[in-house]
This record gives sequence, structure tokens and C-alpha cells, in this order.
Amino acid sequence: MRPFAYERPASAEEALDLGTAGSDVAYLAGGTNLVDLMRLGVARPRLLVDVTGLLPRSIDETPTGGLLVGAGVLNSDLAADPRVRRDYPVLSQALLAGASGQLRNMATVGGNLLQRTRCLYFQDATKPCNKRVPGSGCPARTGIHRDLAILGVSEHCIASHPSDMAVGLAALDALVHVRGASGTRMLRLDDFYRLPGEDPARDTTLDPGDLVTAVELPVPSALTRTSGYRKARDRASYAFAVGAVAAALDIEGGVVSDVRIALGAVAPRPWRARLAEEALRGQPLTDEAVVAAVGLEMAGAEPLPDNAFKAELSARITSAVLRQLGGAQTEELP
Amino acid sequence: MTSTGRDSTTSELALRVNGETRALTLDNRTSLLDALREHLGLTGSKKGCDHGQCGACTVLVDGRRVNSCLTLAVAVQDRTVVTIEGLSGDDSLDPMQQAFIDRDAFQCGYCTPGQICSAVAMLDEADAGWPSAVTAPDVTTFHGRRGLDADEVRERMSGNLCRCGAYVNIVPAILDVAGAQA
Repeated sequence: MRPFAYERPASAEEALDLGTAGSDVAYLAGGTNLVDLMRLGVARPRLLVDVTGLLPRSIDETPTGGLLVGAGVLNSDLAADPRVRRDYPVLSQALLAGASGQLRNMATVGGNLLQRTRCLYFQDATKPCNKRVPGSGCPARTGIHRDLAILGVSEHCIASHPSDMAVGLAALDALVHVRGASGTRMLRLDDFYRLPGEDPARDTTLDPGDLVTAVELPVPSALTRTSGYRKARDRASYAFAVGAVAAALDIEGGVVSDVRIALGAVAPRPWRARLAEEALRGQPLTDEAVVAAVGLEMAGAEPLPDNAFKAELSARITSAVLRQLGGAQTEELP
Repeated sequence: MTSTGRDSTTSELALRVNGETRALTLDNRTSLLDALREHLGLTGSKKGCDHGQCGACTVLVDGRRVNSCLTLAVAVQDRTVVTIEGLSGDDSLDPMQQAFIDRDAFQCGYCTPGQICSAVAMLDEADAGWPSAVTAPDVTTFHGRRGLDADEVRERMSGNLCRCGAYVNIVPAILDVAGAQA
């Protein structure tokens, strides 16, 4: 690990001053991913700015009735919050499907959003990787790519995003609050994450030194309350997803009046399946309709030999979670 | 607090471990695990993977279980750390330690300190109402450690690996303590 200086600024202003001072600066929150990447020689900051004490750690109701989750809220606290459990079950379930009890006690909401891909080539500093060293090449296409992306990829990078939480947030249309040198702004998750294109080194649209301060959840509704997360992985617990889906459903008069589907483990960011959502609106909820709808989404996929299974896996788990949610909502009817 | 200056790669700090405050000068790269083992002589916490994947290094920081290998010592200088050495009294064991002995819940013993620290904090999490991935979705607040069954214990303890495969005795040991201390 490269030696580094450590600063614990007293205010967000001071943190931003330090964070925008140079390219060798990193913000430290829970450290579960950053410290590991530093140990691996992948992240090599000269200055670590510890923002743990600065980031908001409360979950507050917004004036309109949504929830504002501070970026410093621990993953375990957010998952266990009774309001989240009741009004946004997909978020609690996604959080609890991720990592371990120990890691959820360390990891913050802001850090979870900003964790890097677990692509083996990205994490191995002795291998070429366009995300780590732009222009060095991507061995994953012809190498180990079973866990990598099939949607939104480019010829330069097929990294998949590892977060479970972010997939849940994508299905909820959450907003990310960001504070930067030029003030504060709010971003939809789709505008927060970017696709690799010609520049896979950047995972997000954030500028250097920008600080994620909070995540805002919308006003709870029948849709957000009828939501759930399904994750497929190689062992029963404590493993990254090979396929995941966050879904929310509203059924009226036997047909889908509204639906949200976000897929995990298939793209460089949580993948909102908007084509599939559109295809399902106004339709009776059947396994055939769901599989066909996810099929539309996957028409744009660029699978490789060892990850082609993710298209069918995504359709199957989406079908399973929507069937479960559809059953739950029907039971609640008078 | 970090004292040795903006460009320094070392820090003077005090760590509060098992009720004692110890002053140290550490390279900023030092993990809490290495600080405990190499600088404070507390070798009960073990280094397995050093990547947060095995749980052998689990300690309690402000009462919560964390991976000490991924925790920088400099970042926890004003917090309270408890290690496996701090769980037992001078001549008495923590009930979880005793249950592991009674149930023969180990073979080589390397993962055991982490398992025990993790299990102690996990029961507190259940008492605080925290659900897990195997808790029914309609449960908003979990009903305490007495509500744990083998599936809940396995899920909540999945961050602690045992290469000897002693899980078959670890799970009953934890359930013994969960049932005995309501």
C-alpha cells in the first residue's frame, strides 16, 4: 500500500477544499471497498480525507412524506429501519442480501453507491484493465467474464456494478444529493452512474471532490410498499450476485397498472428495465408476459460465452419476484 | 487529533481497547487488526484473508461487529474497541465462550475468536430488532434473540467462515446462548 496522509476535516467545506485539491485524494467513509483496493494497489491516494464524522447519519422524513437518508447512514441501520422495512421493502431486502453483518455495520450509503466493480482484472494490478489504466486493454472478453455485464457495455469495458442496494434504489426512483465546489445538486440514479463508452475509468458523473450527502426516497405508495428483491448467487449468503432484480408492482382490476424493474449484475450500473416495464403496463401478470417483457430488454444485450446465461436468469428471477408481489397484493384486497 | 501534520504519513493516536487507553505512533496504513496484534500484543484477533471475506478478524467497535482488517486504526482513534481478550473477566468466560467449549464448536480454533465476537454482537442485533435476509418480509421489527432459529443464525453469521466446517456445532452453541439469555 502506498503511504498516505490522513485528515479528518471539521466541516464539509473543509472536506471539499481538501477533496478538490488534487487527483490523489480519496474520501474515506466505511472503507470496506477503498481500504481493500488500496491494499491491492488499485487505489493509490496520497491523502485520505475521513468524512465519517461529517456525513449525515440520520434518516428523516421529507416535507412531502418521503425519506431523506444521510450518506453516512450505515447499511445495517438503513436495512433495519422500520419505516424502510414497511414502506420500501425492496431497499431493506436488497441491503440484507448484500455483504455480511460485519460489512453492513461498516459500509455507508454513500460508500455503497460508490463502490467499484469486482471484475477480477480491475482488482489485479498486474493485469491490463481499461478502467484502472485507460488504454491498457480488457482481458475479460476472452478471459474470465462470468460475473460481468451483458447490457450497457462497450468494447473497452464489460465491468458489472456490484451493489445490491443501488439496484433497490433504482427501482424506487431514488435521488442522490451531491455537494460539490459549485454547490449542491440532485441526480437520478441513471444520471449519477454513467456507462463506460470510450471512458470506462469513470463510474459516475461526479466531478473530482464531489461529496454524496444523502439519498432521497419518494413518497411511499402502494407501488413502493409492494416491492421486493430477488438475488441469485453461487452460495446461500455472503456472495456477489450473478443475477438480481428489484421490483415494485401495482395491480388494479387484474392488470398491471404500474411496475418498476431494476436488474443487478447485468450492467455497469443498476439497469432500469424500462422497455420491460412499458410492455407489462396494462397487461395481466403472467409468467409468459414477464419473460417476454424481459426478453425485449435483453434484445440489446451483448452476451459472451460465459455470461450469456444472465439473460434467461434475469427473466426467471423477475418472473418469480413479480409473481410473489402479485400474490401479496391480491391477498390484501377485500 | 492526527497531530503529525498534513503531509505526514504517520499519526500519533490513542486507541481505547478493552477498557484501556493506549498511546501509539502508527503508520497511517496500519489496520486496526495489525495495531492490535503487532503493536498492542493482542493476538486473539486473527488474520485470515485480510480482505474482509473470512471474519477471523472480527472485533467490536462501539459495540458493533466489524472486520478489523478493513478498518484503519487511525480512523477509530476516538471509538471503543473490544476484542476477544476483552470479553472474558479475570477468571470467568463470556457465556458465548463457554457455549463454544460446551458444544465443541471448533476444530483448529483459528476462526473461533472472530466467530465468538461476531456471535455476541449478532445476538444484540437481534435484540435491537434487526431483520435478516431470511426474516419474513412482513416482519418490520425482529422479536429478539429468542426468535432466532438455525436458519437465522446461519444467515446472520455468514460473514464468519470456518474451514474446518465446525458449523454443525457453532450453530447450536449460539442458539444455546440465545435461548439462555432472554
